[in-house]
Amino acid sequence: MDGSGASPLPGRSWPWKLFTGEVLSAVRQPGAFEEGSSFVEARMMTEGGAGRATPPSVADDGEGGESRAGGRGSLLPAPFARFLLQMGRFVDMLGRVFAWTPRPPYDWRELSRQMVKVGVSSTPVVLLTALFTGMVLALQTFTVLKRFNAESYVGSLVGLSMVRELAAVLSSLIVAGRAGSAMGAELGTMRVTEQIDALEVMATDPVHYLVVPRVWATVLMMPLLVALADGIGIFGGYLVSVVLMGSNPVSYLNTSFQFMNLNDLMSGLIKAAVFGLLLATIGCQQGFYTTGGAEGVGRSTTAAVVLASIAILAADFFLTKLLF
Amino acid sequence: MATPTPAQAPSEPPAPAAAEPRIQLRRVVKSFGPKRVLDGLDLSVAAGESMVVIGGSGTGKSVTLKHIIGLLKPDSGTVVVDGVAIEQLDNRRLTEFRRRFGMAFQEGALFDSMNVYDNVAFPLRRLSRKSAGEIRARVEECLEMVRMAGSETREISELSGGMRRRVGFARAIAHEPEILLFDEPTTGLDPVNTAMIGEVIRDIGERLKTTTVTITHDMQLAFRIADRIAMLDHGKIIAEAPPEEFKGLTDPRVQQFIHGDAEGPLSADQEERGAPARRPAAATH
Repeated sequence: MDGSGASPLPGRSWPWKLFTGEVLSAVRQPGAFEEGSSFVEARMMTEGGAGRATPPSVADDGEGGESRAGGRGSLLPAPFARFLLQMGRFVDMLGRVFAWTPRPPYDWRELSRQMVKVGVSSTPVVLLTALFTGMVLALQTFTVLKRFNAESYVGSLVGLSMVRELAAVLSSLIVAGRAGSAMGAELGTMRVTEQIDALEVMATDPVHYLVVPRVWATVLMMPLLVALADGIGIFGGYLVSVVLMGSNPVSYLNTSFQFMNLNDLMSGLIKAAVFGLLLATIGCQQGFYTTGGAEGVGRSTTAAVVLASIAILAADFFLTKLLF
Repeated sequence: MATPTPAQAPSEPPAPAAAEPRIQLRRVVKSFGPKRVLDGLDLSVAAGESMVVIGGSGTGKSVTLKHIIGLLKPDSGTVVVDGVAIEQLDNRRLTEFRRRFGMAFQEGALFDSMNVYDNVAFPLRRLSRKSAGEIRARVEECLEMVRMAGSETREISELSGGMRRRVGFARAIAHEPEILLFDEPTTGLDPVNTAMIGEVIRDIGERLKTTTVTITHDMQLAFRIADRIAMLDHGKIIAEAPPEEFKGLTDPRVQQFIHGDAEGPLSADQEERGAPARRPAAATH
């Protein structure tokens, strides 16, 4: 780059750029770069490294929009810069969701539409997963606990594992694959077909209109899904222990709930809500910053699932540490 | 509303240049990474004028349009609309300011989760305080203006490319904007649809008395709708004139573009003028 016509504040330092929101506006432009900022240097490495950083607005004019900048001087190694960019966008998106949530107009119809999409349509597959998880858990623990003559504790083991941990994590992973990916694909398509630009032009904030209902629908539906999964998982364990292994049904149910308290249940549901927040925000964010046509939408969809799954598993560890 | 469409008006003198321009881009520079897309672009559009910006792919046409409506901000230079520097507005004021714009996107950019009616009603619900009845009346009026009357309940996926553009136009004019922006309105359309689009744009401009900026690489369309034509190359305006005059410009780049020649200063280094035109215009669609 030749330096002339660089950004309006060429000599400013990093904290100043953060303060003035220069970094923020750079983070928010999908694939578009501002010249002359050291932050952008890192970003160009990133997107160049990713192979095909096509600023959408340039791509509109046809070919010639490719800006591969890999190999140029960078502050940070590319993977780290990419990680920072994703984190920055995630935090920014989360902030915008919270900032827009209290502002009218409230789109209740869209919220309920999304709740149906996220919650109701994910129910069968979530329940199926919970059922089999409960059954496998019972099978495994039964064979092990039998060695200690402790097979009567299968119920409490299955119940506690499901309620505290497995129902929340597995359901979230499935919803991430089902609904999170759909959000990435949907918003990504809207981005590359300029529907998001069209929203902005018609004085509608795309985060307010598209992301807010999706995020809150997921946050509201996840605990409900997980509560259902809890019940079905315990039922699956009962099925295996009592019907298959011939345990006493009454003592099975007794031990199931003997060691369980409300905190166990609540912690699972809180986790579910947090995972919902994570997976919906990540899904939307990936779609929102899509560049590069149909292939870009594919990449966003994949990234939505992969990053959401990683976030869920990592958050699970910290939440577990925090909640107990 | 049934104003008859008079014959082509480009022979009329364009709006006097003395008037304060409605839209003015001054020395606008915009880069994406190492690629400088706009390189000191100057352009001004008078009130009520139909300006057509032509240029090849990748010369920065879309980027220019996005600067006018504030979707992109210039690295340097300024974009002034009605005396307001767009790039200096904060988000809230920019949103407010955009009410006076209507923009029709390249492929329509219609919301495919809604039907035609809801698409056209969208800006009315968002930008005006009209009642449901008024909205219905306005939507019907707009669809009639783009010759899509009676298609309210159709889904976007059922529409052809040309229909999508026209519904996009209807959505762009629904809230009665004073400035209309058209992004490549005929790209990918057959000649009949192209002609139709041209007529619709003329019609809209005459009936609504809007200031219009259209970007295109379709010379037929440009001559059909323009009061003035400006040609963009390498991020700069290289020629600007009313259509009749534009045809007579001697700049080899302009002539090459008008005649759609493969050889010439625009594509290669060699300068070859007066090459036999294979087709009358760049209307390759």
